[in-house]
Amino acid sequence: MSGGVDSSMAAALLLEQGYKVTGLMLHLWCENEEDNKCCTPEAVQQARNIAAQLGIPFYVIDAEEKFRQIVVEHFYESYLEGKTPNPCYVCNQQFRWNILLKWADSIGADYLATGHYARIQKKENGTFELLRGMDDWKDQSYMLSGLSQSQLSRTILPLGTSRKTDIREKAREIDLIVADKEDSQDLCFLGKQDYRDFLKTHKPEAIHPGKIVTRRGDAVGEHTGLAFYTIGQRKGLGLASQEPLYVLDKDVMKNELVVGYEEELGRNELTADKFNWISGEPLPESKALMVKIRYRSDFHPGQVEALGTDCARIKFDQPLRDITPGQIAVVYDGDLVVGSGIIRI
Amino acid sequence: MEYSQRIYLDYAATTPVDERVVQAMLPLFTQNFGNPSSVHFYGQKAEAVVSASRQRVATWLNARSEEIYFTSGGTESNNLAIRGNLLANRDKKRCCHVLVSEVEHHAVLHTAKYAAEQNGFELELIPVDEFGRVSVEDVRCLIRPETVLVSVIYANNEVGTINPIREIAAVCREKNVLFHTDAVQAAAHLPLDVLADGMDLMTMGAHKFYGPKGVGGLYIRRGTPIVPMNTGGGQERDMRAGTENVPYIYGMAEAYNITRREMETNSARVKNMRDFLIKSVLEKIPRARLTGHPDKRLPNHASFVFEGVDGNHLLTLLDAAGFACSSGSACKAGSPKPSDVLVAMGFSKNWNKGSLRVTLGRQTTMEEVDLLAASLPVLVEKVRSF
Repeated sequence: MSGGVDSSMAAALLLEQGYKVTGLMLHLWCENEEDNKCCTPEAVQQARNIAAQLGIPFYVIDAEEKFRQIVVEHFYESYLEGKTPNPCYVCNQQFRWNILLKWADSIGADYLATGHYARIQKKENGTFELLRGMDDWKDQSYMLSGLSQSQLSRTILPLGTSRKTDIREKAREIDLIVADKEDSQDLCFLGKQDYRDFLKTHKPEAIHPGKIVTRRGDAVGEHTGLAFYTIGQRKGLGLASQEPLYVLDKDVMKNELVVGYEEELGRNELTADKFNWISGEPLPESKALMVKIRYRSDFHPGQVEALGTDCARIKFDQPLRDITPGQIAVVYDGDLVVGSGIIRI
Repeated sequence: MEYSQRIYLDYAATTPVDERVVQAMLPLFTQNFGNPSSVHFYGQKAEAVVSASRQRVATWLNARSEEIYFTSGGTESNNLAIRGNLLANRDKKRCCHVLVSEVEHHAVLHTAKYAAEQNGFELELIPVDEFGRVSVEDVRCLIRPETVLVSVIYANNEVGTINPIREIAAVCREKNVLFHTDAVQAAAHLPLDVLADGMDLMTMGAHKFYGPKGVGGLYIRRGTPIVPMNTGGGQERDMRAGTENVPYIYGMAEAYNITRREMETNSARVKNMRDFLIKSVLEKIPRARLTGHPDKRLPNHASFVFEGVDGNHLLTLLDAAGFACSSGSACKAGSPKPSDVLVAMGFSKNWNKGSLRVTLGRQTTMEEVDLLAASLPVLVEKVRSF
């Protein structure tokens, strides 16, 4: 539970369905307890109030250190490696589900439920499928695409078949005190800070000014630190040029930002590592599927091929301008999530 | 789990109001509802209730009626006793040192800190031994010519240890220093006697002895200088202004009356069950220790530390299993901090976050204690192997 409308309504729906529900809230590491959206004493009180209103027990679990070690450290390391991380994906896969399932076992619960907009279905052969939420706009399957069969088998997602607007409406109907709170979008462990300031404060070694160069190696300017730029970025490069220059690449070894003209942008393919095949098995053969390379962005058609068990190569029908190392490539077959991995390039 | 299936074992935190006390209080909300300060008959009747309540409490404590003051609870009484005394002494010749034990309840410790800071007093903490007990000799040594007040808790809420109050009071008397004791925990289990014990100031809170929350008392020995904190209409002999909370004051007196009458029987009963629990825990759970004094402790109180255990985690598992307990380091917000008391007693990091306090009460049955004794080893292991 977070005190937000989604997790609150998930609990409410489960109660309606006859489950016995216990609310847990993770106390995570935050940059600044006052600014942060998720860890504040107010957020805890909010969640506590909802639990009381629903009549369920509520516990706060201290997970500060573990969260910092797993999620925040990964965040730093990615930038050190010139990648743009997606901490939420990693958090779900390597931290949140693990600790919450352990707690579920500890207190004798059978399932873990969250307020994510996605669906889990059990197939006849006993395996589990992860599908997009029926709310197209709100679908959060992208963030859950790193989960394993074991994790999915013990998870219930009560909101997957609903639309967010209906959930909010229902929350109002049952007088749930949170109904009108805004959705939180930013990284939970950043305060009001920008991630750039956060990095400057906590991992200054990830920020070194260096040269901006073309693919041919000509120096055209200075960058303020590779972490501050994203692939495909055009603005804010501080370069004077007849035609616009775009970020093509980051050379971590040389600490150089590689830029080029529009026609140089665009790649046709990517390789993704640590690939998680939802079914537990890699695709037996190359298949034409839809791919997202960024949360809340478009589907791109591409040919997906498993490379061993841990990697996948994706060849896109059209070149894409913003394939970013460190981001997550999630493969879909219609509504079904096939798998996901971390973009290497 | 239904509310009714749960087992309450946190009587040191608070107690349910005795049904007899509830019945006694009810008429006072609607029938005898007058303001005790009014001239008319309604006021007279209400005043009579307050007066009788005061007398009842005083009699049990062996105090004079006019030495008993009603407040909103133990914390307010502690504030009045400590801040009130410091302020009264601020401009006096004998100034400005205050002695307070290391293991006081925060209502005393924090109040003493703030009051000392704000008024230019020096606050010194009296160390405790490994049982959390204050030694009389330490008090004697630490008292200086400038000391105005000594405050030592009668019986510690976290670890149950009973301090040598009579001896400490005697030393203070000898050295002509005022002695305050926070008897909030002690009041429920020990036969307080201000004459025999010898303190000058004593704090009580009704909700620890089956009275309602929101009312407490302060014993102020005649002649003790205290500056009132709540000023206004002059109630409580100018010591604590505010229209008297008649039903609650009556409730407190009624609850205290029952408590003193039934004290011997109740204490013996819970002590048996408590001793059984301690024996069971120390036998069955590896790397477990009893905290506080082994015999000079409250009869209903069992407190432990378990090595390598997160106290908050244990409490959560206990609650999920239906047992309501507490610990010195509990923090609802989910980052356990070690208790000051356990740190003062010398427990190291690996032990001081793993505390558990189990306190029994009037409604506790042997069956309940049995269930807890059986469940604890399993749950401690669960936390250790998480």
